[in-house]
Amino acid sequence: MKLLRCPHIGPRPVSEFTYGGEAVAERDPEACDDSAWADHVFNVNGEPGIRREWWHHGPSGIWFILDRDTRTDTVVRILDREEVTGG
Amino acid sequence: MPYRLVKQALRKNKPDPRFFTTPADLKPSYDVVIIGGGGHGLACAYYLARDHGITNVAVLEQGYIGGGNTGRNTTIVRSNYLTPEGVKFYDESLHLFQDLSEDLDLNLFYSTRGHFTLAHSDSAMRTMRWRAEVNKHYGIESELWSRDDVSRSVPFMDMDCGGQQPVLGALYHAPGAVARHDAVAWGYGRGASDRGIEIHQKTQVRGIRIAGDQVEGVDTDRGFIACKKVVSCVAGSTPRITDMVGLRTPIDIRPLQACVSEPLKPFLDTIIVSGSLHVYVSQSSRGELVMGASVDSAPLHSTRSTFDFVEDLADKMLDLFPFLGGVKIVRQWAGMADMTPDFAPIMGITPVRGFYLDAGWGTWGFKATPVSGKTMAYTVANDDDHELIEPFRLSRFAEYALVGEKGAASVGH
Repeated sequence: MKLLRCPHIGPRPVSEFTYGGEAVAERDPEACDDSAWADHVFNVNGEPGIRREWWHHGPSGIWFILDRDTRTDTVVRILDREEVTGG
Repeated sequence: MPYRLVKQALRKNKPDPRFFTTPADLKPSYDVVIIGGGGHGLACAYYLARDHGITNVAVLEQGYIGGGNTGRNTTIVRSNYLTPEGVKFYDESLHLFQDLSEDLDLNLFYSTRGHFTLAHSDSAMRTMRWRAEVNKHYGIESELWSRDDVSRSVPFMDMDCGGQQPVLGALYHAPGAVARHDAVAWGYGRGASDRGIEIHQKTQVRGIRIAGDQVEGVDTDRGFIACKKVVSCVAGSTPRITDMVGLRTPIDIRPLQACVSEPLKPFLDTIIVSGSLHVYVSQSSRGELVMGASVDSAPLHSTRSTFDFVEDLADKMLDLFPFLGGVKIVRQWAGMADMTPDFAPIMGITPVRGFYLDAGWGTWGFKATPVSGKTMAYTVANDDDHELIEPFRLSRFAEYALVGEKGAASVGH
């Protein structure tokens, strides 16, 4: 993976991007007990396979979400903005 | 000796001496199954037999022994950590390492070099001072050295790093050492095998059977093995194993890359680490420079290595040693590091009875090989965490009792 497609300005060198962690649904801290919150904060899906992740494009300052295969380091799909924000 | 030499010369068949032999078949059951035949797994087997008399044990390795991170690290042994928990644990390991060649009756080429962690900023100096004080409190040789002292000790290093990031001082750790990593795995393997433990290579674990909350056995590609105790010592494959028993962990897998240069005349007799430049280097007994950097920036379950890594590392190495400009890199590789949020391992008993975890070794596993083997063997034999690994329990995350070893565990943070 040398190039990554920024959803706004197209293919850019991967060095311009930063990995931002697994994209999981936000939990309401008030509705979680301590152990559920610890699970949300610390635990990750470490299995090899396709994983949904946050990435950040430095020069344009854009955060976006993509699906990446963590066995081969290939991007399967970059989610559209509408998909992420729910329209 | 000359007689033995003549006898050897006249002998027609010259069989290679074997470190251990493996029975052809797996037994239907064992007392303990250790998954992973790297340094940690074999050390655990060795101490189970030697210290606790438990010998009905199988070590299952999906590839060959020492072929994972045991054979992929940069062989540095040190104990100048930041937290009291880490310092006590790694210092025990260093002391075990110092006697290990004799213990295993195998030359591990254990070579005490002295270890410099360079500081290029005031904040780095402050961390070094902090580490030195914690270390000294626990009786570990560790002190802050000035720029001039470092310069005298490492005369070929550019103390200004090309003018960009001048060295202000360093944390000096005299017992810092390097050792031959393959020999550590082979020595422990032979020691375990001599005491009756079976090492089965090319045997992959496909699943772990649990009844209630108690381990009942493991499914392998060579059939089912019944056992009440399973120890996972698989580093970068840990999430695959913990998934088999339904445990969630904070472990993320990142590749850690390293490389060696062509052999050079000896010029570097210490180990140099720079957190700011994200590099570390030592010179092997063959003269090669063994070099590494921080982990890759995103998770990956692969041991692929990249040109980007070598390019970046060479850039930083030239800041430290400009005269290496014409030297070639001859080999590069990667290992899968099981990183944890607090840069400390995850060890000991788990909510699944009979399932023991030796994981979260990230970029700091090789130096802990002897102590992890010894403490895990104690934990398995007594079904209770050894006091040295109690702070590294899996439940610390749910208890919000993290260890906070980030400042001393590896470079690049």
